Amino acid sequence: MSEYRVIGKPLRKVDATDKVLGKTLFADDLIKPRMLFCKLLRSHIPHGTVGKVDIGPALAMPGVIAGLIGEDLPTTFGILPISQDEHALALDKVRFVGDPIAAIVAEDEETAEAAIHLIQAELEPLDSISSIDQAIRTPEPRIHDYGAYGNIHKLVNLEFGDVEEGFAEADHVREDMVFFEGNTHLPIEQHASLADWSPDGKLTLWSSTQTPHYVHKALARVLGMPAARIRVIACPNGGGFGGKSDPFNHEIVVAELARRTGRPVKITLTREEVFYCHRGRHPILMRVKSGVKKDGSITGMHFQSLLDGGGYGSYGVASTFYSGALQTVTYNIKRYKFDGARMFTNKPPCGPKRGHGTPQPRHALEVHLDKIAEDLHLDPAEMRLNNLVPPDSVTANYLKVGTMGLGKCIEKVIEGSGWKEKHRKMPHGRGIGIACSSYLSGAGLPIYWNSMPHSGVMLKLDRGGGVAVFCGSIDIGQGSDSVLAYVVAEVLGIDPFDIRVVTADTDLTPVDLGSYSSRVTLMSGNAALQAAEKARELLAQAAAEKLEVPSGEIVFADGRVFWASDPEKGMSFAKAVVAAESKFGTIGTVGSYTPPRSPGQYKGAGVGPSPAYSYSAAIAEVDVDPETGIVSARKIWIGHDIGQSINPMLVIGQVEGGVYMGLGEALMEEMAYRDRVNIVHKTPSMLDYKSPTTHEMCEVETYLVEDPDPNGPFGAKEVGQGPLLPTIPAIANAVYDAVGVRIDEVPITPEKVLRAIRAKEKGKDPRIGPTKFPEPEWSEPLVVPPPWEGGDGKPVEKKEVAG
Amino acid sequence: MCPRNSLAALPWFHEALPRLDSPPTTAYPRPIMYKHRVIDEPGRRLLRMTVNDSAIEIAVRPHKTLLEVLREDLFLTGTKHGCELGECGTCAILVDGEPVLSCLVLAIACEGKEIRTIEGMADGPELHPLQTTFADLGAAQCGYCTPGFLLTAQALLDENPDPTRQEIKNALAGNLCRCTGYLKIYEAVELAAKRMRNGSDSEAKR
Repeated sequence: MSEYRVIGKPLRKVDATDKVLGKTLFADDLIKPRMLFCKLLRSHIPHGTVGKVDIGPALAMPGVIAGLIGEDLPTTFGILPISQDEHALALDKVRFVGDPIAAIVAEDEETAEAAIHLIQAELEPLDSISSIDQAIRTPEPRIHDYGAYGNIHKLVNLEFGDVEEGFAEADHVREDMVFFEGNTHLPIEQHASLADWSPDGKLTLWSSTQTPHYVHKALARVLGMPAARIRVIACPNGGGFGGKSDPFNHEIVVAELARRTGRPVKITLTREEVFYCHRGRHPILMRVKSGVKKDGSITGMHFQSLLDGGGYGSYGVASTFYSGALQTVTYNIKRYKFDGARMFTNKPPCGPKRGHGTPQPRHALEVHLDKIAEDLHLDPAEMRLNNLVPPDSVTANYLKVGTMGLGKCIEKVIEGSGWKEKHRKMPHGRGIGIACSSYLSGAGLPIYWNSMPHSGVMLKLDRGGGVAVFCGSIDIGQGSDSVLAYVVAEVLGIDPFDIRVVTADTDLTPVDLGSYSSRVTLMSGNAALQAAEKARELLAQAAAEKLEVPSGEIVFADGRVFWASDPEKGMSFAKAVVAAESKFGTIGTVGSYTPPRSPGQYKGAGVGPSPAYSYSAAIAEVDVDPETGIVSARKIWIGHDIGQSINPMLVIGQVEGGVYMGLGEALMEEMAYRDRVNIVHKTPSMLDYKSPTTHEMCEVETYLVEDPDPNGPFGAKEVGQGPLLPTIPAIANAVYDAVGVRIDEVPITPEKVLRAIRAKEKGKDPRIGPTKFPEPEWSEPLVVPPPWEGGDGKPVEKKEVAG
Repeated sequence: MCPRNSLAALPWFHEALPRLDSPPTTAYPRPIMYKHRVIDEPGRRLLRMTVNDSAIEIAVRPHKTLLEVLREDLFLTGTKHGCELGECGTCAILVDGEPVLSCLVLAIACEGKEIRTIEGMADGPELHPLQTTFADLGAAQCGYCTPGFLLTAQALLDENPDPTRQEIKNALAGNLCRCTGYLKIYEAVELAAKRMRNGSDSEAKR
């Protein structure tokens, strides 16, 4: 039985009615009087120096109003303070096909489009790099003149305990190599932005962005304007999935063009441009070596990731750390070593996509464990169950785990799927596989170093009983606006549909860092909870005085404020606001949230900590056609540890959406480029970039495990990203169960499956996957003894010589 | 509390305050006084059609798609776009009751046709049963593909009031959704179909 009136109920989203009426205004739906249209000229070569860019012929075209080149906006920007390596328009170099060079603004879109073809841009090609291996082998020419060395952007080497000792102690040591190809977010809404300049020197930008706060900062930096004069409004996003989390060239360009022309300027990217903006899943080549005891317990693990970063930094440094961070929060790992390297290549930049840097290593790890279970003749589900990280513990790399419901998730999916009757027992061509995962409920540290809250909420109570919630968070479809309304409604005992939610407007709303890292429900939810509780306290005091009862005995429910002992003795919520306003003056409260400090004290300890970790376990059942190699998912059972559902319908919606996206990544989605033809994208369209349609999507059975986490609002943890993670390895493991071939390369396409099946028939190695691991020049690892070896989270000077 | 009116007593009050950080360096450029546009515009053509039950007469450029005319000339921005190449189904609308990708149809090809967009799906304040179930069952997450799905589903139910799950999948296979994994959409279509078959009785029970 739920103790709540709103929390945990499958309510309609507060913006759902607008959405089914087509009334929601996305960025491209905004129309302003005298609005101009912008188009970008993008590089057609993958790497080159930029000479003279002459926009004169374009400016001469009737209908063209103005244009910009790199020199007009010389200041660099980028999402991370340590990689401010982008220019709004290429200044010295272009680094991938699609890198913007110049902008034209005209009376209409067609004129702007026609005019960019008149721009004369001198580009001098340089040798280009299209792969991880090539980036390691080719230090010159450098794509960027910063980074670790050559074309290595970032190196990370961390050691938590002596893994060699762990391998020596093990009964069995296994090493695997897995390649995870990059893929993209493919939000259905193409990125769009509209900027307007007012005569008093103020700029407004409406944009489809997941991070209005960071766009605000980037605009102030590049435009050289005080942030106080810039207003960024994030429009509801037509899907984000991480692809709208960077400040983008086109956002800065339209802002500058609005400033120069004094007129509103809009840009909407074409679908092909969206593919080239990318910032999606990094291709990662991984090598994992583990020592295990006979029962599958892990005595040591060495994990290595080589990331293909593309042309710019983006979130890449964080992605590199993430590819080694969360391996430790699911199963006990006594000693852990991680080496990560991110390369610059001449492809569209990679960044955060749902799961940010963790689905690739999770995939490698879960496939690796499946193989280990087979080596040890253990049931892979049982083996996982027996080695779980305990709740309220600290991992080898100093991540603080709170509630931990993975065991329950595994039990649910084992039972629901009939695992025990199916695994290794089904006819050839049908298989079942299991995998687990964990994800952050928000990153413990902000992107730029500061000690301010990660999320702020202001609440305004009107004497008519109206409640308005102001928060910088942006709804990208996950329902964050609704979560704010549900939380406030629960605390104040009112109807969530009576609440006005105002979000993602840097002029009106307090900062929330943005819709990324699955942070919004936990962080803005906690901030809203705090603000609402403060308002409740004021109203309770005023109402208690009126009713002449103790304020501690005042109850808020069903739009009324009354005495717990006698519901007759009370008043309407609106009257309580009047009482409070009479007593205290205008009623406005604030709430803010800052995550707790994490125990890790080493360089890199900032990536991985979270106030709470969600857990998921998935079992996939697939059919593999041995004649064609086509894999079709029959059904996926997934258990997700949500802590507490704020709205179970929205939670299940996120689970199903995550499973869907994982299914696409597992079987078909890939950012493939023509290496020898200018590194152009092979499939920059929604037809050719294969994603699951209704025909490929399978049935999903969701089990929610609820064990409220003390750090979440009402105990809630994340669900936006976690459920994607186990889906991919569960499918890979199911393919092996079906036809006995290992495809250690994602996506698992029919061509690869068929090649492996044919190899098997000929008695050859039935495995498709990487066989070589190019080694960059690793740096000396930072040595941090794990907690159980007396470590305090700080690095030690040098590894002590054994004996 | 910080005293408020004591600044004038301080010795530096009548001088400029020391700056805490460097001032912004970029001067604001003077707004461009631009020339008026003279464009050789291909001749517009007069187009008559019915949009959401209203007779419309509008002069359109002949190469404009129906999607462009709906959004940019008629300001019916409820119809969205995801590719403008006929690949994603987002811009689906109904032409004479049939689902059509509005990005692939020239507006002038719709002379005399009856167009239905998302703005014309509800009956006044009454949501179409599909709109109600999409909202109630969480079939609209970001809501961007939603208008295309709703109209495609409406065309299905108009023709087949009791579709199987497979028939729903077939009808919606041309519409991409990246948020839901389609499952909540099937459920919403099934519930709406059931309610429409049973008449308004069960509608009132919610």
